Amino acid sequence: MVFTPDPSDLTRLPAADLAQLLTDRAVSSTELTRAHLEAITARDGAVHAYLHRNDEQALAEAAAVDAARAAGQDLPPLAGIPVAVKDVACTIGQPTTAGSRILQGWLPPYDATVVTRLRAARMPILGKTNMDEFAMGSSTEHSGYGPTGNPWDLARVPGGSGGGSAAALAAYLAPLAVGSDTGGSIRQPAAFTGTVGAKPTYGAVSRYGVIALASSLDQIGPCGRTVLDTALLHEVLAGHDPKDSTSIDAPVPPVVQAARRGDVAGLRVGVIRQLGGAGYQGGVRARFEEAVALLGRLGADIVEVDCPHLDYALGAYYLIMPSEASSNLARYDAMRYGLRVGPDGVPAPSAEQVSAASRGQGFGAEAKRRIILGTYALSSGYYDAFYGQAQKVRTLIARDFAAAFETVDVLVSPTAPTTAWERGAKTDDPLAMYLGDVATIPSNLAGLPGISVPIGLADEDAMPVGLQVLAPAMADDRCYNVAAAVERDLVAGWGGPLLDRIPTIATEA
Amino acid sequence: MTAAPHAVLADYADALAAYDPVLGLEVHVELSTRTKMFCACRTDFGAEPNTQVCPVCLGLPGALPVVNGAAVEAAIRIGLALNCEIAPWCRFARKNYFYPDMTKNFQTSQYDEPIAFGGHLDVEVPASEAGPAFGYRVAIERAHMEEDAGKLSHVGGSTGRIHGADYSLIDYNRAGIPLIEIVTKPLVGAGERAPEVARAYVAALRDLMRALGVSDARMEQGSMRCDVNLSLRARSGDDRVGEAQLAVPFGTRTETKNVNSLRSVEAACAHEIQRQAAVLTSGGVVTQETRHWHEDTGVTTAGRPKSDADDYRYFPEPDLVPIAPSPERVEELRATLPEPPAQRLRRLQADWGFADLEMRDVLGSGALDLIDATVTAGASPAAGKKWWVGELSRRANADGVELAEMPITPAQVAELDALLRAGRLNDTMAKQVLDGVLAGEGGPTAVADARGLQLVSDDGALRDAVQAVIARNPDVAAKIQAGKVQASGALIGQVMKEMQGRADAAKVRTLLLESLGVAAQG
Amino acid sequence: MSTISRDQVAHLAMLARIDLSETELDAMAGELAVILDAFAKVGELADVDVPGMSHPLPLTDVYRADTPAPGLTQEAALAAAPEAEDGRFAVPRILTED
Repeated sequence: MVFTPDPSDLTRLPAADLAQLLTDRAVSSTELTRAHLEAITARDGAVHAYLHRNDEQALAEAAAVDAARAAGQDLPPLAGIPVAVKDVACTIGQPTTAGSRILQGWLPPYDATVVTRLRAARMPILGKTNMDEFAMGSSTEHSGYGPTGNPWDLARVPGGSGGGSAAALAAYLAPLAVGSDTGGSIRQPAAFTGTVGAKPTYGAVSRYGVIALASSLDQIGPCGRTVLDTALLHEVLAGHDPKDSTSIDAPVPPVVQAARRGDVAGLRVGVIRQLGGAGYQGGVRARFEEAVALLGRLGADIVEVDCPHLDYALGAYYLIMPSEASSNLARYDAMRYGLRVGPDGVPAPSAEQVSAASRGQGFGAEAKRRIILGTYALSSGYYDAFYGQAQKVRTLIARDFAAAFETVDVLVSPTAPTTAWERGAKTDDPLAMYLGDVATIPSNLAGLPGISVPIGLADEDAMPVGLQVLAPAMADDRCYNVAAAVERDLVAGWGGPLLDRIPTIATEA
Repeated sequence: MTAAPHAVLADYADALAAYDPVLGLEVHVELSTRTKMFCACRTDFGAEPNTQVCPVCLGLPGALPVVNGAAVEAAIRIGLALNCEIAPWCRFARKNYFYPDMTKNFQTSQYDEPIAFGGHLDVEVPASEAGPAFGYRVAIERAHMEEDAGKLSHVGGSTGRIHGADYSLIDYNRAGIPLIEIVTKPLVGAGERAPEVARAYVAALRDLMRALGVSDARMEQGSMRCDVNLSLRARSGDDRVGEAQLAVPFGTRTETKNVNSLRSVEAACAHEIQRQAAVLTSGGVVTQETRHWHEDTGVTTAGRPKSDADDYRYFPEPDLVPIAPSPERVEELRATLPEPPAQRLRRLQADWGFADLEMRDVLGSGALDLIDATVTAGASPAAGKKWWVGELSRRANADGVELAEMPITPAQVAELDALLRAGRLNDTMAKQVLDGVLAGEGGPTAVADARGLQLVSDDGALRDAVQAVIARNPDVAAKIQAGKVQASGALIGQVMKEMQGRADAAKVRTLLLESLGVAAQG
Repeated sequence: MSTISRDQVAHLAMLARIDLSETELDAMAGELAVILDAFAKVGELADVDVPGMSHPLPLTDVYRADTPAPGLTQEAALAAAPEAEDGRFAVPRILTED
């Protein structure tokens, strides 16, 4: 059967297939990149996944890759495949804002290591995607540049903080995207948009050049529409970086191999008792139970696992993360870069006044809340009760996981307690927003790898639900293996990927 | 806001009679590593502003620190040389506060886990008007690693200082350069000698840093900085180290910054004693504050009160991993330490054959290393002492500079001495050559050549001059021959003048008396 | 019940160098109290004797050789500066003395 790609279909193919087409010279990177840029023009007005488009540079790289291929040069596996990058990573030649007005228009003089790796992989960068300001959020509603819509229902949130990257994938505005995950910011948007997103083991991917939220929790990770695509991007991004002291100097786990395998026969799967009970939306629980049953049918041994300290995870996270963030965000003081304004009506303001006014204006409400919270938690007199205590809880959580992994190979849970909610439904209630992170946060605290893979739509709202798979540190391949097995079976049952059911997004004239 | 230049000061002796000073010194040493503490930027002095910076030391969004291994080794060696325990495991911590010279608005430092702690340094306090030389053991609380901040210059305003400035300019070349902060425990029992103890300690620390090769420790260049902490407590009897005195609680202490020389260390300490004593005796209360030392007026003034109090919100630096040097590694570094100063002192004294008093003079002049190097360059110890403790010390004091800052090297002193011993120069000429070397005219031989300073060694020429003078002074010659040998002085003087000073006076005397047929007596 | 007063919030805002409007100050104290209340739960484990974990990795001793590498040019360093003069970052007058 001869495959004749229709330009409008190029944006719908998985990256793995595109890589084959490029190798076969059935399609050029220029065509591929242009197709995506045109899709962005047509549909991103409605979705608002992108903050910045990189047409010129992307097309130039695409052309260069085409020329290299024509000249018979050896090229890396994903060469010529375009990628979107969450606006949290520094990119020379493109503004990097972390979704904040305080960095509006800031052009970094250097590339993040992950961006250097994308360039070395010869992947044209389509642009920078929207995010909650400084990655503080679970809905992308806290972006300084306006929210992103969930392609399944534009009136709903795509999740956060990496809603832009996930929405770009779901709206076929990029085949691959790079995100960052501090408390679920890759995995939860993946669940909300019916896409795949992975948070690697802490230290597996360099944080150099990625704007910090919480240093001991942040990780950069791959996002795609399929498990294999995500694994392919994972292998581009991961690896030791001497510029990041917390970077692991060990070989990247064989995630692509695992994604191709998808075999759970004899695997011991633990269902975390603390994640998935009451408080979880009915439709989410239903899909989750089906996914667990599926794993059983595919040959896995399912057991329930008790991680009692997970009940304290949310508290520990929302003390540690703002504390580190309050310190990481202190540099935005209007002295060397970023927004500089003076207080109203003050003729010759001091440096202190200018810093305070700039930060007051440049930071959004959520960022201010977390900075104040973190400042409080670190204050003298409160350190032991808050930050110090949260660090102890973190040890207990890590030990719970370690104990669990002595009896099982992977742990599973729903990725989030609910499906995507309507925009504005939770912005008046920060606590309600934070509660949505309850399933993803524990693995950030413990530094463990996790992936979210789509397992269906919830009956009550027809919105996507994700399965989360967690593994021990540096065993990321186990996550991909399980996710691939689930994906293969479900897609076969559905007759096509979940995303095929997504409503069409109106194109702009 | 500066205080009046004449602060109210108690008489020093009165102050010490009524109170017991307790001293604390914090010294920051800038390491001489080639790169910064957390990034690979150069640390060269004097570069164009903001040309030795990178995303890391500029604190750009996304940048991450990586520890300079050489700085850690230097820190461990400093700790060992201060007889400290080296922490088997420690971390960096963030000290959070806002100030434009800090690019991240936190300083990466160490808080409750310093790399070295619990040591001591024995210092020799030289004799002074206040009393004889004595030894004092300075207890060291800790030494830890941190990074330096950028350099601010203030524009507008009348003084170039921060008060009244219109705006400021910042150069971040210095930001991120490794610093080691060394903190003493409260130093007690020094009494009226406290200022001298402070100075002797800082001088000893400076010498130690140079001996270790970790810093050039030049206070005038800012590569070593000192903050003086001082408090007064009530006297309790005569014994300053007795139990009763040691039990008296400490008074309120002040911290004095901008102490930029050894002289300032001593002076600022004495000044604070006198100032605080005046406050206390008049029934006042000493304010706990940071003060600023003014070299020109010799006073401390109160700094602006800090509005943030001291809530630095320390927490372990999450972007760095712990430091855990193995015992083997620590021992390897211990083996690289230079000889401990006390041991070296004893060895040199024995080698040189100096009496205790002579050694005290050497130390008091700050000449130990200089004499050592001069001896290594070939001079005798006595000659080394003669030049460094004698003539050069005199000139240094007159010029108001440190002996080590005199623009002459030990090798040059040895060369000068060699010229003297070889009979090329006499004492007077040697001093003229010294003038030339200090003025930058070149090395001793070059200066002697350029100035035509050469003792006449040709006996013939001398004899001719002697004969000529004798011929011109028959009466005096007769007197000498009659037994009045002292009269030869005038004739010797004439010969010297004839030789334009280029003769060895003793030799001239010998030749003169020989020519006159008189036995040269004593 | 965790309480955090408006004055406390104002003090924290000063420490964090953030101007908050009167409305923001009013709202923030209430919001933070609710959040802190929920997270005071971690205090239930205060008696447990475990070391704090600041890092999921057991790495130690990661170092860099003392070898210079090129950084940014002066131009690149100052490119995003709100104001610059004579190769230096220009900042408004500084009130606090270091």
